[in-house]
Amino acid sequence: MEKKKILEELKQRFQDKIKETSVQFGDEVLVIDKDSLLDIVNFLKAEPYAYTMLLDLTCVDDLGEEPRFEMAYHLYSLSNKHRLRIKAQLSEKDLSIDSLTSVWKNANWLEREVFDMFGVFFKGHPNLSRIFMYDGFEGYPLRKDYPLRRRQPRIPLRE
Amino acid sequence: MPTRIQKEARKESLLLNMGPSHPAMHGTIRIMLELDGERILNSEVEVGYLHRGFEKTCEARTYFNLLPYTDRLNYVSPLINNLGYVMAVEKMFGLQVPERAQYIRVIMSELSRISDHLTCLAAMAMECGAFTVFLYKMKAREFIWDVIEETTGARMTTSYIRIGGVRADLHPDYKETLAKAIVETRKVLKDVHGLLDKNKIFLNRTRDIAVVSQEKAISYGWTGPCLRSTGVYYDVRKASPYSAYDQLDFEVPLGERGDNYDRYLVRMKEMEQSLRIIEQALEKIPRPSAPARVMVDGMEPATAIKASRVQRVEDRIRLSPNLEGSEKERYNDILAASKGSVVPPKEDTYTSIEGLISHFKFFMKDQGIRPPKGEVYFSVEGGNGELGYYIVSDGTDKPYRLHLRAPCFHIVSALEEMIQGHYLADVIPTFGSLNMIGGELDR
Repeated sequence: MEKKKILEELKQRFQDKIKETSVQFGDEVLVIDKDSLLDIVNFLKAEPYAYTMLLDLTCVDDLGEEPRFEMAYHLYSLSNKHRLRIKAQLSEKDLSIDSLTSVWKNANWLEREVFDMFGVFFKGHPNLSRIFMYDGFEGYPLRKDYPLRRRQPRIPLRE
Repeated sequence: MPTRIQKEARKESLLLNMGPSHPAMHGTIRIMLELDGERILNSEVEVGYLHRGFEKTCEARTYFNLLPYTDRLNYVSPLINNLGYVMAVEKMFGLQVPERAQYIRVIMSELSRISDHLTCLAAMAMECGAFTVFLYKMKAREFIWDVIEETTGARMTTSYIRIGGVRADLHPDYKETLAKAIVETRKVLKDVHGLLDKNKIFLNRTRDIAVVSQEKAISYGWTGPCLRSTGVYYDVRKASPYSAYDQLDFEVPLGERGDNYDRYLVRMKEMEQSLRIIEQALEKIPRPSAPARVMVDGMEPATAIKASRVQRVEDRIRLSPNLEGSEKERYNDILAASKGSVVPPKEDTYTSIEGLISHFKFFMKDQGIRPPKGEVYFSVEGGNGELGYYIVSDGTDKPYRLHLRAPCFHIVSALEEMIQGHYLADVIPTFGSLNMIGGELDR
């Protein structure tokens, strides 16, 4: 499939649910409205696009900008050998987005990581808990307002 | 706070901890098991014991400075980690890497891949009781690391592949050591095939255990040998070739059933393909444009700098032995012709004022490597699968955000489902066949 074509087709189908399309350093990028994430992702997962693989899922904190957080999803289509990046912006007041655990199984741990590091809440996640940090860790380490060398308070010994 | 399994476990079943520090498990990971006799009813995997804040640290380091941190991700194949990172940065610049450097990169990453697979299978075999196999494979790995050490100067934390190329040209004796490593590795592979392929004990512990279907593997985002063991044809080297992989002929071995044994077999066959790639690369690698020279004589750098203040210094400079292979004459072979993104040659630094300025410009704060604004994702085929770097640049000399797509993370997230319903003893070969690397998993 042609590179530009996919973005145009999607833009035509989803109209204003897609805020912006661009090609950056050769990667196709789709900026979407965060409420339509599940719709778009389910559509992309089906034929003919067949983005059957969720390669990666992460978040970027643009401190000082509005909306502050930006989710980045990397999809891959095994049959078309094509990559696509989907971005959705989240504001600090409403820091939640639909969980993709119903679509891909690896979304479970990936979303737990983003929750752990950024404090983004995933609606519909079966077990949203910290994954790298411990229970009782204060703050979200990958946010830009978390100092590099911040010390954590002592926590009581676990039973 | 009770964990998920503590809440869900039935009253009559036994809860057992495996790890975080368990003699039969390499790496720190905790598996909580809910047992009925020896059957696993349910389990929960807890990771994060090796979390070092890699991504946060990288945000505070310059593009040049953070390279050594990537060595410590998958510490068995650091060269592939280097490669993934530098190629992501190169993608932002659009740098053209010289052909000789491309081939050096291919040779180095294939050597790393072999050492990665050897380590994984050695540990897996040892945990199944085959200690001989462990020692054989460690022996082969030593020969491979000899080649790596000779050229890069380090066995594990190499930091050899640099933005724009590689740090130094191959060692003058690399052909002999590499030929020896290939011969020895082939021998070991043959021996191991003989020892394990039809071994009753090994088969009993691996055949049809922890079977993963294609759909499940894709849904879990598996890549690399683990995905290919289920029969899915996906290899980054073939799907989106980088470096010189499109000019080399190799096959992608596939499994059939997706069980422990297939994961073992795919890794074994992949090592043979890697050896093939190295042999082809050795033939196709372009000759160096300048002959190797010995740096024993010449002017002391300190004297040269002093002399350069009054007149042009024409003499040869005595460089530190650490810089062997990265002399100015070799720059055309090993590094991209791009001022500002590669370290200026030391000969210039010591002999001319302009050279000294460009040296400081490269290492000074807020100078040096500054990719254009934007974000980039680039992936290479690592030992465990697709190793991807997602870099967000804000135009300064430090990455605004750097995220690593660790192949291990996706593979280990399937462990809970894989061991469900199997015996406690099956956890060990299953876990071994996944090749969990703590540094990469926990970052």
